[in-house]
Amino acid sequence: MRDANARYVHDGDTVVIEGFTHLICFAAGHEIIRQKRRELVLCRLTPDLIVDQLIAAGCARKLVFSWAGNPGVGALHAFRRAVETKTPPLEIEEYSHFGMVARFSAGAAHLPFWPLRDYQGTDIPSVNPSIRQVTCPFTGESLAAVPALNPDVTIVHAQRADMEGNTQIWGLLGVQKEAAFASRHVIVVVEELVDTSIVRADPNRTLIPGMIVDAVVVEPWGAHPSYAQGHYDRDNEFYVAWEKISRDSAALANYLDEFVLGVEDRAAYLALQPGLTTRLAATPRVCAGVSYGY
Amino acid sequence: MYTAEEMMTVIASRELRDGEIVFVGIGLPNLACNLARATRAPRLVLIYESGAVGALPERLPVSIGDPSLVTGSLMATGMADIFQLFLQGGRIEVGFLGGAQIDRYGNINTTVVGEYATPKVRLPGSGGAAEIAIHARRTLIISRLSTRAFPAEVDFITSPGNRSRGRSRKEWGMPGAGPVKVITDRGVLVASEFDGEMELAALYPGMTVEDVTSRVGWPLRVRDDLETVSPPSREELRLLREVLDPSKLYLKGG
Repeated sequence: MRDANARYVHDGDTVVIEGFTHLICFAAGHEIIRQKRRELVLCRLTPDLIVDQLIAAGCARKLVFSWAGNPGVGALHAFRRAVETKTPPLEIEEYSHFGMVARFSAGAAHLPFWPLRDYQGTDIPSVNPSIRQVTCPFTGESLAAVPALNPDVTIVHAQRADMEGNTQIWGLLGVQKEAAFASRHVIVVVEELVDTSIVRADPNRTLIPGMIVDAVVVEPWGAHPSYAQGHYDRDNEFYVAWEKISRDSAALANYLDEFVLGVEDRAAYLALQPGLTTRLAATPRVCAGVSYGY
Repeated sequence: MYTAEEMMTVIASRELRDGEIVFVGIGLPNLACNLARATRAPRLVLIYESGAVGALPERLPVSIGDPSLVTGSLMATGMADIFQLFLQGGRIEVGFLGGAQIDRYGNINTTVVGEYATPKVRLPGSGGAAEIAIHARRTLIISRLSTRAFPAEVDFITSPGNRSRGRSRKEWGMPGAGPVKVITDRGVLVASEFDGEMELAALYPGMTVEDVTSRVGWPLRVRDDLETVSPPSREELRLLREVLDPSKLYLKGG
């Protein structure tokens, strides 16, 4: 994780750590904080706790997003402080989920923009000049348009990949495929490194092909407190606890000191929390599989 | 006896018809859908913006991306599919919305209280709400009444209602019918078929017109044929308390 971040995440870069509730790579975010990256433009549909931590750690210059809350709990308080009291200042550019999905889709398809039927009657375009109108050349209909988003680097957490980065994901897929294809560099972080024969036995499950992947990192439990379907559950208790931690900037700084800056890597982070892996380990629900014969 | 949350959940569940395709939010809408499935709408299809289609969660999902939404679902897909094919494609029949501020036309603010550049309170933002408000064939709003939550005008329109910035949904070219009802803790507001303004159409047992109008920040129209809705049945309460939310995750409060 350390080497992949050092190589592909630089000060001032546009960085995407995607994953909608599922497979959010906290291991990568924590490494960015440890490496003291600065002036990053962070893009995520749901900034989640990871961006709250990156903002509090002073890594972010700008946030591009569509829903900045603590899912199922409430607010992201470091984000709120940054926007409400400018401590630290944070530039924001906001869309709706569909707008962000469309931006990644355009970036992935190498188009300059993506049209969508959206934003009529809302005030969102009035605070974001990048949401514009385009006229359909066939029907004359006026549509919303959003610009392509092409990040410098996208980091995707996944259940498994082979050495070449052929990456298989199941469960909620978010926008990881579009974000990876839109990105100049891709880091894949996996629960399990598998032989290519495992990937080839079930090719429909491959979301990201190795040809667009720059680095593969093996980091079990790298998504905690987010989750990995089939491996471990979401740590809902921690998401609830974050409400109290993040409300108080001193408590948040203590958290970062102890669990992020105070540890060398993910293994040390897990060692600080005995019982965590037992508490959250998934109960198997194995599917029968299919025949690819012909 | 029953709580306001139980009443709101029951009323919302009664709005759902069997076989409908519902875009589900977390909290009370999720409970309302599961109550509907357990009673009058067993073939209701639950779709979550996170990518779960036909979800049958075996536990109460804490977040909209809970792993239990995937296990046993009909389809688990990416968000491009959810927004382009399901929502923009016109497949969603009912959407649930809520927010910090709701105005007389059902416009909803989940973005900022105060000015955008210098907000008093920064809220999470749209998420998928703006496009749900535009595309779902009809939407239902669930919110407790208060003058703070129901101002005459919202500070910011995140999700458009029946009339926004002086134009009707038809004039804006929005596909969906918009918010048809606002389910509150004291009664139900229904959109006027003439101008889309929310009107008091039904009261909960024991509530007065004043209980509602005093908690709304504009002169609320009251329908002549004002109804009183029937309270939760014994069976509806039993399902909510013993089967659907026994740990009172969402039905807390007195």
